[in-house]
Amino acid sequence: MNRIIFKKQLSDEVFLMRIEAPLIASERRAGQFVIVQLNSHFGERIPLTIADADPVEGSITIIFQTVGRTTHLLALKNVGDTVEHLVGPLGQPTHIEKFGRVICVGGGIGVAPLHPIAQAMKAAGNEVIIIMGARNKQLLILEDEMRKIADELIICTDDGSYGRKALVTAPLKELCEADPKPALAVAIGPPIMMKFCAETTRPYGVHTMVSLNTIMVDGTGMCGGCRVTVGTETKFVCVDGPEFDGHLVDFDNMITRLKAYKPREDADHHRCHLEEAIEKSV
Amino acid sequence: MSHPTPEQLAEKARYELAGLTKPLKPKQRMAITAQEMPAQDPTVRRGNMQEVALGYSEEQAKLEAERCLQCPTKPCIKGCPVGIDIPAFIQKIADGDYKSAIGIIRESSLLPAVCGRVCPQETQCQEPCTVGKALKSIDKAVSIGRLERYVADWERENGLMQPPAVKPATGRKVGIIGSGPASITVAADVRREGHEVTVFEAFHRPGGVLLYGIPEFRLPKAIVDQEISSLKSMGVEIKTDYVIGRTRRLTDLLEKDGYDALFIGTGAGLPKFMNIEGENLVGVFSANEYLTRANLMKGYDDRAATPIFPSKKVAVLGGGNVAMDAARSAIRLGAEEVHLIYRRTEVEMPARVEEVAHAKEEGVIFHILQNPKRLLADERGWVSGMEVLKYELGEPDSSGRRRPVEIKGSEFQMDVDTVIVAIGNESNPLIRQTTPGLQTSKWGTLIVDDTGKTSLDRVFAGGDIVLGAATVILAMGEGRRAAAAINKLLAE
Repeated sequence: MNRIIFKKQLSDEVFLMRIEAPLIASERRAGQFVIVQLNSHFGERIPLTIADADPVEGSITIIFQTVGRTTHLLALKNVGDTVEHLVGPLGQPTHIEKFGRVICVGGGIGVAPLHPIAQAMKAAGNEVIIIMGARNKQLLILEDEMRKIADELIICTDDGSYGRKALVTAPLKELCEADPKPALAVAIGPPIMMKFCAETTRPYGVHTMVSLNTIMVDGTGMCGGCRVTVGTETKFVCVDGPEFDGHLVDFDNMITRLKAYKPREDADHHRCHLEEAIEKSV
Repeated sequence: MSHPTPEQLAEKARYELAGLTKPLKPKQRMAITAQEMPAQDPTVRRGNMQEVALGYSEEQAKLEAERCLQCPTKPCIKGCPVGIDIPAFIQKIADGDYKSAIGIIRESSLLPAVCGRVCPQETQCQEPCTVGKALKSIDKAVSIGRLERYVADWERENGLMQPPAVKPATGRKVGIIGSGPASITVAADVRREGHEVTVFEAFHRPGGVLLYGIPEFRLPKAIVDQEISSLKSMGVEIKTDYVIGRTRRLTDLLEKDGYDALFIGTGAGLPKFMNIEGENLVGVFSANEYLTRANLMKGYDDRAATPIFPSKKVAVLGGGNVAMDAARSAIRLGAEEVHLIYRRTEVEMPARVEEVAHAKEEGVIFHILQNPKRLLADERGWVSGMEVLKYELGEPDSSGRRRPVEIKGSEFQMDVDTVIVAIGNESNPLIRQTTPGLQTSKWGTLIVDDTGKTSLDRVFAGGDIVLGAATVILAMGEGRRAAAAINKLLAE
């Protein structure tokens, strides 16, 4: 169960893995995620988005960045190893229908969860324009895959090493002003990027979906650790989300909540890199 | 008064037991000292996760058993949700025949080591006890729960636990969703009849609330693990990391996977919040999250990857057992001050008297007739305090408890860095959202008939998903009832 059948390092801190998980592969829909845990006794449970799935092969693809203890340990695993616990698919699937022109905006690792959504939007007959952003060319992921789906692909880098030297909000704004006006924007990436995408589309009245990745324990509604403020309501990302109306999400509160365990995570991150360095040197 | 050691209590019991001349008259039985439960010293146990109540010594168990009058009306049995023949097992303890005693309990109860620890006996079997009534104190009733625990532990510690016998295979398949007390009961009762049983658990370890909710210091996880391995040795298959409603739909189990009947025992897994300002600040947790991090994810252990929020001054909101568990966990996890805030008075608290007493002994500070109006933030968006309102008791409400009424203008500020909300749970929506035709109440609990059957054919339910938040023993009782109905259905 949960055997790793393919592994590829996409950039310094980003890895792609295809994992055997036939039940999840056949049930998952665009927008859903899994919870991964690497040790039954002392491991933590972390949510990771599903970037792709192959029901025939019975596999799912995850793409993750090494930020905490578990993602660092996961990155050390190789083809043939197993992921001790893999639960899913969790969360509500993306609402897919023919909207018209759909702008898909992905920032950094957020391109991974965006991929199946863009795919499904295209399959539903939408005109799909994809904006991908990263700090530099080296950190850009899934370009070929997204190019296959997109009617138009716009790449932005912060340093101008590839594509436009701009933030993703610049082409997003231009598209909001263009004709035809987008029917929907889907923005996935770092919280701050999603916040500014929502602020960009707001004056144009372009409905904007964001997919949130918050701290979770169980992922099934039981703990409420993932709660976010949406409009005047409190919602659970794991059972009510992960997608919400970007114009209603209280991003500042969400960003603050993501920092709840920051000192501990920073210490883990530092230690993991030390361990990695030691491992490589021996 | 210094805290009595288990040895001192055993010694006293040995002396008193030796002085009894049999046969005992009822009057002599009533004169026997009610046996105190040996417990870890509060000043010591504040700093460890080990079990607080240490269990009777043999002398104490025998002496306590002699307090039972063996009354012909047996009111205690009527107080037990699963109808254990209480006087009979107590008599066997008095006779020193522990094997027969546990045998009698096992005829009716599947989880004696668990129920002996966490049942609210004071409102169940011990409430109508003649001895308690005659001595005009519920605290003087025969300690049925402690005796149950004694023989259950005796059986386990002597390696005498025997999984129930399983009848020849029937070829029928039953799926059980969730692995808490209701589900464990159904699994055993249905498997006994020779049906194939699969338990589906969403978490990585089976046991449900016994694992994630009730802390180690009240229910050692080794006991839960033993119950689970007992199920496995009966041939029950347990699939963890399996979320019905997500990994597989309930209807698929019936229509595609060949299950002949299903039992839903998914518990009350959706925490309620107060809907007040500041509830989503950093440092505000549901009791479910706090306890899950501490228990199931072993947050108390340095080796655990799951972080626990570092707290100095904690407020726990609520007055139930879960609130006590959260408050006592916070003490053990290193909080300097733990405050328990409850809207009504201690009389109305739903928590067990023993849990309240333990919490106080461990230093939890109780604030009754108070409730936060809003939570206050520091400049970073982290909780820094609460604005608290004072209350007084008014007329009784629909629950029969006197309704707390706020005192206008009584607001005051309490500085805290952590708030744990323990005001109950609603039922988890995953299954009902993905199962057409499954009828629910307005609270989201599943509606069942008097056999435990839901609105869907061959689908049964029990425990907190039906009752709302209740107790282990009630969940077990519901499980028994549903298992009987499933066995009847499959025999047809």
